[in-house]
Amino acid sequence: MELDVALLSRIQFAFTVSFHIIFPSITIGLATLIAIWEGLWLKTHNPLYLQLAKFWIKPFAITFGMGVVSGIVLSYEFGTNFSEFSNLVGPILGPLMAYEVLTAFFLEAGFLGVMLFGWQRVSRKMHFFSTITVAIGTWISAFWIIVANSWMQTPTGYKVVEGQYHVASWMEVIFNPSMPYRLTHMLLASMITATFVVAGISAYYLFKRKHVAFAKKGLSMTMWIALALTPLQAYIGDLHGLNVKEHQPIKLAAMEGIWPKQEAEVPLLLFALPNMETEQNDYEIGIPKLGSLILTHTPDGALTGLKSVEPQDRPNVPLVFWSFRVMVGLGFGMIGIAVLALILRKKDRLFENKPFLTLVAAFTPSGVISVLAGWYVVEVGRQPWLVYNLIRTQEVISPLPAERVLFTLIMFVIIYTLLLGVYLYFMRKVIKKGPPSMSTLEQQLIGMKAPGYALAWVKSLKNSEEKA
Amino acid sequence: MDLALFYFLILGFAVFMYVLLDGFDLGIGILYPWFESKSERDHLMRSISHVWDGNETWLVFGGVMLFAAFPAAYAGITSTFYLPIMLMLFALIFRGVAFEYRFKADRSRPYWDLAFSAGSAIAAFCQGILLGSLVQGIPEGSSMIASWHWLTPFTILTGFSVMAGYALMASSYLFMKSRSDIQRRASHLGKNLLICVVLAMLTVSIWTTIASPEIQNRWFENGHFIYLSPLPIISLFLSIGIWKHFTRHQMLSGQSEGKNDSRPFWYSAGLFLTGFIGLVVSLFPYLIPRQLTLWEAAAPDSSLTFLLVGVCLFIPLILAYTLWGYRVFSGKVEDYQEGY
Ligand code: HDD
Ligand code: HEM
Ligand code: HEM
Repeated sequence: MELDVALLSRIQFAFTVSFHIIFPSITIGLATLIAIWEGLWLKTHNPLYLQLAKFWIKPFAITFGMGVVSGIVLSYEFGTNFSEFSNLVGPILGPLMAYEVLTAFFLEAGFLGVMLFGWQRVSRKMHFFSTITVAIGTWISAFWIIVANSWMQTPTGYKVVEGQYHVASWMEVIFNPSMPYRLTHMLLASMITATFVVAGISAYYLFKRKHVAFAKKGLSMTMWIALALTPLQAYIGDLHGLNVKEHQPIKLAAMEGIWPKQEAEVPLLLFALPNMETEQNDYEIGIPKLGSLILTHTPDGALTGLKSVEPQDRPNVPLVFWSFRVMVGLGFGMIGIAVLALILRKKDRLFENKPFLTLVAAFTPSGVISVLAGWYVVEVGRQPWLVYNLIRTQEVISPLPAERVLFTLIMFVIIYTLLLGVYLYFMRKVIKKGPPSMSTLEQQLIGMKAPGYALAWVKSLKNSEEKA
Repeated sequence: MDLALFYFLILGFAVFMYVLLDGFDLGIGILYPWFESKSERDHLMRSISHVWDGNETWLVFGGVMLFAAFPAAYAGITSTFYLPIMLMLFALIFRGVAFEYRFKADRSRPYWDLAFSAGSAIAAFCQGILLGSLVQGIPEGSSMIASWHWLTPFTILTGFSVMAGYALMASSYLFMKSRSDIQRRASHLGKNLLICVVLAMLTVSIWTTIASPEIQNRWFENGHFIYLSPLPIISLFLSIGIWKHFTRHQMLSGQSEGKNDSRPFWYSAGLFLTGFIGLVVSLFPYLIPRQLTLWEAAAPDSSLTFLLVGVCLFIPLILAYTLWGYRVFSGKVEDYQEGY
């Protein structure tokens, strides 16, 4: 069989970037949560907050490390596998990524050392400052890379000079039409992802009746956060969809499984198997007119369908269609959990209801899965374009010998599979070990010169812990 | 000043910072086989576990600066050196994750030790290969991406030279961060490595001047050598300085602990700097030798001026807080308290 470099490079990029995003989507939210806990600890001196911060910083450190090593690969992969692309759009994407390094990566790395190892080396305020800085660093990093990606989705502010893309207006490049939606949606997604990771592990502890005080605090806080953020995410997602309709109608058609050139009274499909050969959906189940209602706000509004462009200009419809349903489905699942938590809380059953705790524990990875599904909608839905309507993916691949790309792809698959296994193994280990005990915290507090009443508080919790 | 030239200097600065910082960082991994017990290895790891991420960020910075300011060179270099770059990235993955997992491991610690030391060594070797093949020049034509031109006796030599150089940086870093036994052994290793590095620098210099007429002209035409002669002379003095410091420390059998312990580190850094300047002198103004000059590869002014603000504002800031981070953990490794 003839190996296709283009296909191999694309699979490799998709594989490595998918692996990478697993970790940032956790670290961005988790860094923020840890900063919140540390701030609350400083303010209230409730040792449970310190315990939360000190425990979650361990999974955070492991996850961050994985994010760093897999990210470095990506920043070189633009050049190694898509050399022509780097040359053509380097003047636009290059400076954006350079700003990312200057304003975010150095910041994260510079303060991470103090955040992880500096508890006893700097004052408590300085430590808090370092934690906040790391969290802000992750947000800034998300900002720049989302700008870069959104420009590839909805390019504006450029001019073509001798085939190369130059910038006409940086304002238009940065604030391109899809950026605000994508950035908000992504940052919320990261917060939600971390929230459900923390909630899931807390629920697991409660289920096992271990570290109860710690887990109650964790679950209660995250369920409030989920209640606020998940409906907001659905709302932002809806706006995001309207933005896609305006700027990338073919992607929207793939998301909704719309084939005719123009279709009025579009149903909202709950199930269908889009068939790219026969250009129609098999086994459709849908709610009549709801699609039109959501997307055009009238029950008979018309939408552009896939057949309005040539077959070679269409993305892989089933993948986009199903990824979208996975994300939205999980999103509504999360809203359901948050609401359920509210009801149980009112009945004072939040920490006891075993089926609920099991459900929350099962939702631990739901954020990561939705994030991946969401990115598949965005990225696969953009195909066959790399820069929407301007540059085709096929045309800008490095002319490498296919065997070399096959070799590195196989290596990536082996290494990353191994690493994911190791990551999960060590996460499990950290979780089994549980949070630091109050007596450990007490000793550390002495090193940190905490005020007297904070120490007394730890002592009393220590005693009740020992009795239990 | 001409913008492209300015970015060339910034790029050089980034690469130098990377070589310096990740140099001692990767070098610690290369020195690993000489320290066998768990406590020694803990010590080695802890001397860098709070800075490795920041050090490696300079590699990312170098890469994206090339991407942003010289996209054509980024596209050409990264795709031409596909395999050595990928190999380097694989190696960096293994050594990077080892930091987290090693300290949490029980049974699997030997594997993480191996991942760390082999990963560091291979990454350093690949960087040496990249350096060597840039100096030696890339054959022209589209087949250059497919050929194995980067694997020659010369590039293998530079591969090992870079490993030796990083190990020298690491031993002088370790000397600065340790006491008694480990410090003594660091100075012993440092002396041997210094000999290797000086020999390697000499061989590589002679080899390139013989093999490449352009580089020969650059150094010896029109009395250029008179201006350039400070470079080898300074390197010589720095090497002697390192040697003497290590020797004196060994004679005093470690009683001289104090402020001067950082001297070999700074001298090694100086040695790296002279070597680096020598390299830039040989290659200027090419980014890909004989094919692509910095002016041909430069991004348009609209990109360069946009980035200028960021570069001028943030690089000093980055240097400031990086320095602060090092100072928080200054002193000997033994004095650090428990981690997180
Ligand atoms: C929305 C968030 C997001 C997205 C879409 C990406 N990243 Fe990322 N990346 C981060 C958010 C992030 C982060 C939160 O800043 C990380 C994760 C963990 C970490 O260490 O920093 C990171 C780390 C990270 C690093 C290591 C930084 C260091 O040395 O400290 C590099 C080089 C990249 N990324 C590059 C990329 C590239 C080239 C991407 C696109 C193709 C990409 N990332 C997608
Ligand atoms: C981090 C979350 C992301 C995920 C999970 C993701 C996923 C994917 C996937 C699945 C593809 C392959 C599409 C196909 O070929 O059918 C792809 C392609 C690509 N993406 Fe992303 N992407 C992400 C973010 C980004 C960002 C932030 C950028 C740029 C700044 C980017 C740039 C690219 C490029 C250059 C390709 C080209 C390769 C190709 O089209 O196959 N991606 N991505
Ligand atoms: C519940 C209703 C939701 C709706 C209506 C929705 C809508 C959307 C839409 C339309 C896109 C595609 C944008 C494009 O193609 O350019 C998208 C992308 C995405 N979604 Fe969702 N989403 C929802 C929930 C979620 C949840 C719960 C998560 C994760 C926790 C999530 C994570 C993402 C991510 C990471 C992307 C890709 C990056 C981005 O565009 O920001 N979504 N979403």
